[in-house]
Formats: sequence, C-alpha cells, structure tokens
Amino acid sequence: MKNYLILFFLSSFSFTQSDHMSADDIMKEIDKNLNAESRIITSEMVVKGRRSNRTIKSKNWIVGTELAFIEYLSPPRESGTKMLKIGEKLYTYSPQTDRVIQISGHMLRQSVMGSDMSYNDMMEDRPMEELYSATIEGSTILDGREHWVMVLNAKVKGLSYPKRRSWVDKEYLLPKKEELYAKSGKLLKTASLKGIKKIDGRWFPSKFVYKDELKRNSKGTEWIIDNIQFNKKIPDSRFSKALLRK
Amino acid sequence: MIKFLAKGLIRDRSRSFFPLLTIVITVTLVIFVIGFMEGAMNNFLQSTAVISSGHVKVITKAYKKESNQLPNDLALFETEKTIQNLYDMYPNYFWSPRITFGGLLDVPDKNGETKEQAPVFGIGIDFFSEKSRQTEIWELEKYLINGHLLKNRDDALISSKLAEQLNVDIGSAITLISSTMDNAFATYNFNVTGTFDLNKGQADKQMMLVDISGARQALDMTDAASEIFGYHNSLYYDDEEAVRIRSNFNLTYSDSIAQMLRNEESYDALSYMSGWNKISNTVKKKLPKQRTNALSDNQMYDNIDEWDDFSVEDPAIFTPTMIALRDGSQLANMVDFSNVAMGVMAGIFLVIVMIVLWNLGLMSGLRRYGEFGLRLAIGESKGQVYRSMIIEALLIGFVGTLLGTLLGVSLTYYVQEFGIDYSEAINQMSSEMVLPNVFYAKVTSELYYIGFIPGVLATALGTMLAGLAIYKREMSQLFKELEA
Repeated sequence: MKNYLILFFLSSFSFTQSDHMSADDIMKEIDKNLNAESRIITSEMVVKGRRSNRTIKSKNWIVGTELAFIEYLSPPRESGTKMLKIGEKLYTYSPQTDRVIQISGHMLRQSVMGSDMSYNDMMEDRPMEELYSATIEGSTILDGREHWVMVLNAKVKGLSYPKRRSWVDKEYLLPKKEELYAKSGKLLKTASLKGIKKIDGRWFPSKFVYKDELKRNSKGTEWIIDNIQFNKKIPDSRFSKALLRK
Repeated sequence: MIKFLAKGLIRDRSRSFFPLLTIVITVTLVIFVIGFMEGAMNNFLQSTAVISSGHVKVITKAYKKESNQLPNDLALFETEKTIQNLYDMYPNYFWSPRITFGGLLDVPDKNGETKEQAPVFGIGIDFFSEKSRQTEIWELEKYLINGHLLKNRDDALISSKLAEQLNVDIGSAITLISSTMDNAFATYNFNVTGTFDLNKGQADKQMMLVDISGARQALDMTDAASEIFGYHNSLYYDDEEAVRIRSNFNLTYSDSIAQMLRNEESYDALSYMSGWNKISNTVKKKLPKQRTNALSDNQMYDNIDEWDDFSVEDPAIFTPTMIALRDGSQLANMVDFSNVAMGVMAGIFLVIVMIVLWNLGLMSGLRRYGEFGLRLAIGESKGQVYRSMIIEALLIGFVGTLLGTLLGVSLTYYVQEFGIDYSEAINQMSSEMVLPNVFYAKVTSELYYIGFIPGVLATALGTMLAGLAIYKREMSQLFKELEA
C-alpha cells in the first residue's frame, strides 16, 4: 500500500510538472531527445510506390546541418551510390558512371530516391529551439496518450518548412505527429514518429513515416532506424569528396 | 466546228491571249494557295505527331492524367506484346515504343567533376529495330548539324542549342541525371555523336535523342515504355481514321485489360479473407468477377476521387489506353478550327476567282456584240452564235486551266520540296506548340481538278450570261453597236 502511494505521488508529480512546462521547455526536451552533435544511422527506407514497394538500405553519418554522408547498401542497383552534403552543396557518386556529380542547392528539397523524404529531411540535424519559436495551442489525446498541440514558426530564414504543427507526447517529449507547412500556409508533408524506444538514455523513434501531401496518390515512405549512435566522433575525412570514389 | 473555232482563237489574239493569261494566272494561284494551306497544316500536324503525339498513341490511363510530369513510374509494361497486338489489330499503322524523360545533363571537367549542367528533355526512340521507320520520319540526316547518327546504345544526339549551352563537342561524354521508373536516382553516361537542329522553333531547345535501348538501360525500364506511338503507313494524318481506331481500341482491348486487372486485384483482395482456403476453386474463380461487377455497379472506380483515403486505387489505371493526335492539349480545337478555316479560306478564294473569270467571260461577250450582229446578218442563227461563243469559252477555259494546273502543281511541288523558311518569326513564338520553321506545300489529288471549277465553269457561265443578250436584242440593234 505504501509503495502504491509513493508511485501515485511520483506519477502525479511528473504529470503536474509536464503539464506546467512552457513551450520553450518542451522544445529543449525535444532537442535533448532528437538532436545530437553527430549521428551514425543504419536505416531502411521503404518507398511505397503505386505499383510496388522498394526497400533501400543505407548508412548515414550526420553532423549538424552542414555535413552529411550517405552510402547506399542495397538494392544492387543503388548499392555503392554515395552522397555527400557540405553546406548547401550535394555531391553524388554512382559506381555505374564513376562520376562525382554536384547537385545544386535547390535539389536538397527534392525527393530522395523517389521517396516522400527530401535530402534535407534525411541529412539535417539542428536543434529545433534554434530554428523555431513555439507556442502551445492546447492538449489532446492521440492514440490514447496525452499530447500537446504546438505551433512552431521559423525564427530563421530559408527553412524547408517555415511552419510546423506538432503533437508532442507529454511523457516521451517527442513529436508523434507533425504537419509541415510552406510559408504560404500550404501543407507540404505530414510525418509521424513511431516505435519509440530508450536509446542511450533518450527517447527516440525507430520509425518515421513521411507523406508528401503534394504528391497525389502518395502512399508514404517509412524510414526505419535499424541502428543509431549519438555523439560519436566522426573524422573529418568522412566528409571529403575523395571518399566518394572509395 | 471546234477546229474552226480554235483556229479563230489562235489567229485573233485579242480574243484568246488575255482571257487565257487571266485564267492561267488565277488557276495557278488557286492551286498554289490550296496546296500551300494543306501542306502547312500537314507540316504542323506532322511535326507534332513526330515529336509529341504520333497520329495515335497508347499510354496507361494513369500516365494520361499526369503526362505533363513525364511520370515513367506509370509507364507501359510488356510493350513488345502490346505492339504485336497493335500490328495485328491495325495493320495500316506502324508502331514504335518511346520513353520520354526529364533530368539534368552533366558535363564533366578533366577530373571527372561537374563542369556544366543544364536541364534536358530526353526522348528514347526505337531507331535500331528492323521495322523502325523513326530515322525516316524524324529526317535526322537532314537536320544533323555535326557528327553522325546514333550507332550504339550509349550514343546520344543533342540539339545544337543545348550543345552550345553546355559547351559540348562531338565525342564528349555526358552524364544524364534522372529517375528510374521506380523513382530511384539514376545516372548514366552517354557519348555525344552528333548535334541537330530540327528547325522547329524552341521545341528542341533542351532536347536529347537516344535509342530506346539506351534509355531503358539508363532508367531501368526493361520492356517498358512511356508511350507507344502509331503512325499511318502513308504518314498522312487522317483525323477521322485516327479517331475511329482510338475509339475501337478503347472499347475493346483497353476495357478487357481493365476488367482483367480489376479481377486480379479482387482475387488478391479476396485471398486475404478468412476461410478463403475452404472455398472450392470454381467458386474462387467466380468471386472476383462478382466483386468487380459489384464495384462497377456502385461506380466505385468511376468516382474514385470521392472516396478519398478510404478508396483503393483502381488497378485499371495501368490499363493501356489510346489517344488520337486531336486529343492532345488544344489540338482538337486546332484541327477543327484549321479544317473549317481552310475550307472557308479556300471557298472565299474560289468565289473571288470565279467572279473575276465570270466577269472576264461577260466582258469578252459584250465586247463582241457588233460581231454577233454581223454574223446574224449573214444568216447565222442566234442559237449557232450562242453555241459558238460557249464552245470558245470552254476551249479557252480548258486550255487555260490545263496550263494553270500544270504551272500551279509545279509551283506547289517546288515548295513541297524546298519549303518557305519562317525561322525568324517562329523563333519568337511560344514553345508550347511544335511549329516547323520551314513550311512545305503539299501536292494532293484535289489540286489536279480543283482549278477546273473557276477556270472552265466560271468562264463558261460568264459567257453564257453575256450571250443571253443576243436573244434579247434585235439584229438591227446589234448592227448599230457594230457601227458604234
């Protein structure tokens, strides 16, 4: 009985605490979960096409928003293709052509491998707190769990999504569902984060589902995180053009 | 009698030369104007047919809806089989698969890194297969500026405008950056073997032509094609026939495939139902058909947009469907308008020419009233004079029309072969329509007889009208006019 009372007391304290968090506090907590100085990810991307689905395996090395390197592992046609992002420049190498091709900046908002994800969606990691100012719109129940509904407006220029609406889980302090808008207010994409697990002491989703709302008949893309390492030291040589051909 | 009158016409130049000259000039004009209008229209349609529409083309229903985005993920599968079926169904047409794609062309520097890039509109055409007439209809030898035609799978021809923009020489390697039909990232190296200028305004500004085997390799589209183009064996666009075969294909072949795809989908869907394995095979075969019929009855597939997220995508969207040249954007209006406009213009022109020649017949008749009075005085009957006048008019009209037709057809044939160059005007126009820079006339069978309407008919009618006065006037009155 005593243990139940303690548990009840602690849980009510935690609810009270999270219910009284400010928008800025929530953003900080989200960043603590999602953001890291560097990430090394092995993932599968399931692109749901209108005729068939494709699964693309890749390994990604990401440092902030400036540096990213992706190596595609399968299927055979994509295997060996590498992409390097340095700032606004994207270089790609494919073994079929043995060429390093530079892709211009606006391509970073284009689809990766025909998916509903853009290169920026996949290759950028920067604290949300630095990019957006947030307000809490209210609370709601989603999938039987308490969520805040938050509206995020861009603080800096040039973002892919100047406005976002997020449903933030009050326990995990992670957005479980997001609507991503253009500056004009047009809905560009929806994203949902699933399979939340504790990894390295933080809550992190094991699956992202993106749906490009501008694509008619889009069935969405699943990005499944097989393995993720946070804050590992990545040598500078990982982000050199020379590594593309190796 | 005819011989006698003919001699008279030859000896009296004032009676024959100027009327004959007028008829020759007007008939030549009639024939050339009609031949040029016909040819210009055919040039426009043929340019559009060669580059973007065929006389008819087969695509999937889904591709048709989004064709402006070049959606190769919605392309046709099993094209060889479909083409064979098309040859069996419509032997008067020849059929050719085609892949159209967009992307970027990347030119490397000496280290293999990007030097220049430009957007490209690529067309993979079946140049190499045995039956192919694509080299003939594209007339690439005529339009080649440098280099040679395609010989290998990885060869590419690029427009001279694009070559200039990218600063590319013959023999250079270029890399295509595009998407496969699965929407995967695709890069592929081609060798530039030649540059061309299609003389069709801005239509070829960003154009690259490759063999379909190269496009299939680059875009991972084995036995697939964006479109299958059909051209009448004569290469002449017959709008009525194109519309007829389009309707026939869509009502027979296309609908039967749609039904089959829906049945397959129904069969798959039913197979997930619990208890499926307990049902006998005979019942299993009936069920998909019943489901499809039910869905069709409910018009579910027809109103699929209204079902929003709850709907399944109609599997029939991947059914091949045929569209005729006139079904392309604004082309139906264009074809109808040009047919009407050509008819009206040719009609007005014919009427004007007929009035001129009628007037000519009338004037020649009136001028000779004195002569007729004299002929009546020496004993010829009014009927004989009237008949001789008409025979003379017919003789002049016939000879003039023959000469005019000969001259008109020759002139039309010359312009059919060499054309009239409108490059400067066309280059300033919009690039949405494929307009040829050089317009060619067309010698058609109607040109051989159309001149006889004004040349013979109008001259004879004019003379007949003038001759009626002979019956109305007394001999003495005609004599007075002779004295005057």
